[in-house]
Amino acid sequence: MKHKPIILALSTALAGAMFSGPTLATESNRPPLGLPPVPIPADNPQTPEKIALGDKLYHDTRFSADGKVSCATCHAPEKAFTDNLPVSKGFQGLTGTRNAPTVINAAYMKSQFWDGREPDLEGQAKQPPINPVEGGLPNHEPILEIIRNDRDYRKQFRKVFGTSPEHITEDHVAKAIAAFERTVIAGNSPFDRYQYGGEENALTDSQKRGLALFRVKARCASCHTLEHTQALFTDSKFHNIGIGFKAIAGREPEIAEKFLRMKHQQADEKKALEFIDKAVLSDKEISELGRFVITEDFSDVGAFKTPTLRNVALTFPYMHDGSLQTLEDVVDFYNNGGRVNPDDPVTPFLSGGIKPLNLTEQEKADLVAFLESLTSPEIAKQAAQAKQAGIHQSASTAGGNTP
Amino acid sequence: MKKLNRRQFIQRSGAFVAAASLPVSLVEIAFGKDHPQNFTFGFISDSHITHIKGKEFVRNWDQGLKRAVAEANLMDPKPDFIVYGGDLAQLGKPEEIDHALDMLSGLRAPVKYVMGEHDYYVDLGAHWRKRLGPDHYSFDHKGVHFIVLNSILTYKDWMHKNWKTGMDRMKQMARLDNPNGSPFMVGEEQRRWMKKDLAGVAHDTPVVVLSHSPLQKIYKGWNFWTEDAEKIHALLKPYKKATVLYGHVHQIQYNQIDNISFHSVMATAWPWPYPASYAQGVSHIPKLTVPMNRADPFFERDATGWQFINLHSGKVDLNYVLWENNKNRVVRFDPDKGHPVDTEYQDPAKRIPPQEHY
Repeated sequence: MKHKPIILALSTALAGAMFSGPTLATESNRPPLGLPPVPIPADNPQTPEKIALGDKLYHDTRFSADGKVSCATCHAPEKAFTDNLPVSKGFQGLTGTRNAPTVINAAYMKSQFWDGREPDLEGQAKQPPINPVEGGLPNHEPILEIIRNDRDYRKQFRKVFGTSPEHITEDHVAKAIAAFERTVIAGNSPFDRYQYGGEENALTDSQKRGLALFRVKARCASCHTLEHTQALFTDSKFHNIGIGFKAIAGREPEIAEKFLRMKHQQADEKKALEFIDKAVLSDKEISELGRFVITEDFSDVGAFKTPTLRNVALTFPYMHDGSLQTLEDVVDFYNNGGRVNPDDPVTPFLSGGIKPLNLTEQEKADLVAFLESLTSPEIAKQAAQAKQAGIHQSASTAGGNTP
Repeated sequence: MKKLNRRQFIQRSGAFVAAASLPVSLVEIAFGKDHPQNFTFGFISDSHITHIKGKEFVRNWDQGLKRAVAEANLMDPKPDFIVYGGDLAQLGKPEEIDHALDMLSGLRAPVKYVMGEHDYYVDLGAHWRKRLGPDHYSFDHKGVHFIVLNSILTYKDWMHKNWKTGMDRMKQMARLDNPNGSPFMVGEEQRRWMKKDLAGVAHDTPVVVLSHSPLQKIYKGWNFWTEDAEKIHALLKPYKKATVLYGHVHQIQYNQIDNISFHSVMATAWPWPYPASYAQGVSHIPKLTVPMNRADPFFERDATGWQFINLHSGKVDLNYVLWENNKNRVVRFDPDKGHPVDTEYQDPAKRIPPQEHY
C-alpha cells in the first residue's frame, strides 16, 4: 500500500473527467484510476470521428438477418455491456452456447472471445453478424450494402477512412467499432480508490478482508491478477476451472475427433476460423472443448479465458456458459474445488490451480463483498438509471428484469 | 501488451499439433527393421497414488493420473500401447495399487507395466505381480524388441535385513538422502535373463529398454542411479539402435552413452528439482540435458505431465506433454550429432534458469 500517496493526485485529477461525459472513457491520455493506458494498434489510431462512427455502427440493428440485432443487443451499455442472460440471443431469438462477456475493458485483453479465437477487437467485431445464431447474415456484403446506401455513413466513412463508398470493406467497419470499444474503459471503483487512490475508507472492513482472501487463501489473484499500480483482474490466459464439463464427460475423444476432422477439412485459416466460430456457438459439445478447438493442445481442453472481474456485480450470470447466477454461487463453486456441489465429480482436465478452499461462511461473504467493490461508478449509474426506467416502464406491463 | 496476431494464433498450436500426432498433422514416421510401419506409444509414469484412510486418497496425485489418462485418450491416431513407468503407489499398499489400476483402466489402449520401488518394497512386489504378472519380460512390436526390467532391486542383505515390517523397509527406501538407504540394481539374475533374451535378437534390430531407474549413475542420494548400469550397457553394446526409457526422476533428462540413447519421462504426481542443485556437490546430470523450467507451485500440475513417443530410424522422438506453465517439449535423436537434442531449448541464452537452490 505504499503507492497510495503518489496515486492520490492522479485520482483527484481524473475525478472530473470520469463523470463529465456521456461516453465512459475520455480522449484524455490518462487512464482511469487502477488501469494502464489503453493499447492502441498502430494500424488503427483513435480519432473522435472514428469513435463516433464506431458508436453508431455498434448500435445499428440493421446489420442482422432480422434487422433487430446489433452489438448492443448482447453487449448493452445499460447492462454493463452484457445482456444479463445465461447465453446470448441472436436473430429470431436463436440462442448460442456462451455468455456474452462485457465490452468494458475488453480493449486490454490479449485475445477476444472466451476461447481467444480472435487476436483483437477488430477481429472479434467481424464474427457475430455472420454467425448463424447471432446476426445470421450469410456474409458481410449486406452490411456493406446498407452502409454504401446510407448518406450519413458514406460521409462518415469518407471522413474517417478517406474511402469512396465502393471501397468500404468489413475491415473499415471493424476498425471503427474497435475504436469505439477502446473508449469503453472503466476503473475508479471503490477498490481502486482504496488500493491505488489512498482512500483508506473506500472499502468496508468486510471488503478489506475479502481483498486479503482474494489474494491469498481463496487463490483468486493468481489468474485474476492485481499489480502494484493497476489491476486488470485477468491474466489473459486460459484455464479449465471445471465449468460445463459434465456435458461431454467421458466422450471428449469422440467429440474432439469429430470436430478436428471437420476443422482440418477447411480450405484455409480464414475458413477454419469461421468454421470454429459457427461450430462453438451452435454445438454445445464442441463449445465445451474450450481453447482446445484453437490450439489442439491437450492442456486446453475445457479451458476458457480468464474474464476481468471489474464490474462483476453487474455482469451476471457468470462463467462461459452463464451457469452460475450469483456471486455467492461463484464463490461456492471455487470453494468446492471447481464443483457446484462438494460431492460432484471433478473433471480430469481441471487446472492444477483449482482445489477446495475451505472458506468459512464469513470468508465467503467477505469475498462477495470485495467483488462488489469492483464496480465503476459510471457503470453502476448507467445500470441504476436503466433499472429505474425499466421499473417505470414495466409498472403497467408487469415483469421486468430482476437480477 | 503484446498481442498475438492471427497467424501466430493458429500456428502457435500448429507447431505442437505437428508433434502431437493429432489427426491430419501426424508426422509420418517409418520405423522397424522388418515392418517399416509408423508407430507411436504413450508413456505415463510416477503417479504415487497415496492412500489416506478408507476410500480416501490424496486428491492431487489422483488428479494427475486421471488427467494423463484423459489426455492420452485424446490421441488420434490412437497409440499402439501405453507404457506405465512405475510407482503407481506411494507406499506400495494394495489399496494404492488397486486404485491406480482402476484409474488406468480408463485408458483406451493396452498397457505395459514397469515396477517402481514404491510398488515393491512393502511386499517385495507380491501384490503388483498378482495384479500385473511378471516384473521383467520382453515383447516385439512392429520390428522393435522391447525389454522391461525391474531395475529397482537392491543388495539382498539390505532387502532381507531384520526389518520389523515390510512397511519399515518401504519407508526407508522412499527416503531421499537416506544414509541407511541402498542403491538400485537390476541384479545378476535378471541380467542373465536379459542376455538370454537378447541372444535371439539380431544386432540391427532396434532395442528399447524400459526401466524405472535411469540405468545410469546420476545421483546416488536420490537413487537416480543403477548400481550395475555398466553391465546393462555392455549387454546392449552390440545393438546399433538402443534406447533406454526410464521414470523415477520426475524431470526431463536425456543423454547418449556410446550406442545407447537415454530419455527420462515425467511424473504425473510432482516434479523433482535437478539433484545437482540440492547436492551442492559433483553433478552427474546427463551432460546433454537442458533442464526444464522451475515449477510454479501454485499450479499443482505444473512441471508434471506425460509423453508420447514416436520411433523412427530405430531412435525415439520423445514428446513431453507438460501441464500448466511449462511448454510442451520434444527431444529428438539427431542422426548428424549422434545423440538426442531438445528441438527448441538448445540456445543457452534463451533458457530460463532451472531451480538451482532448494
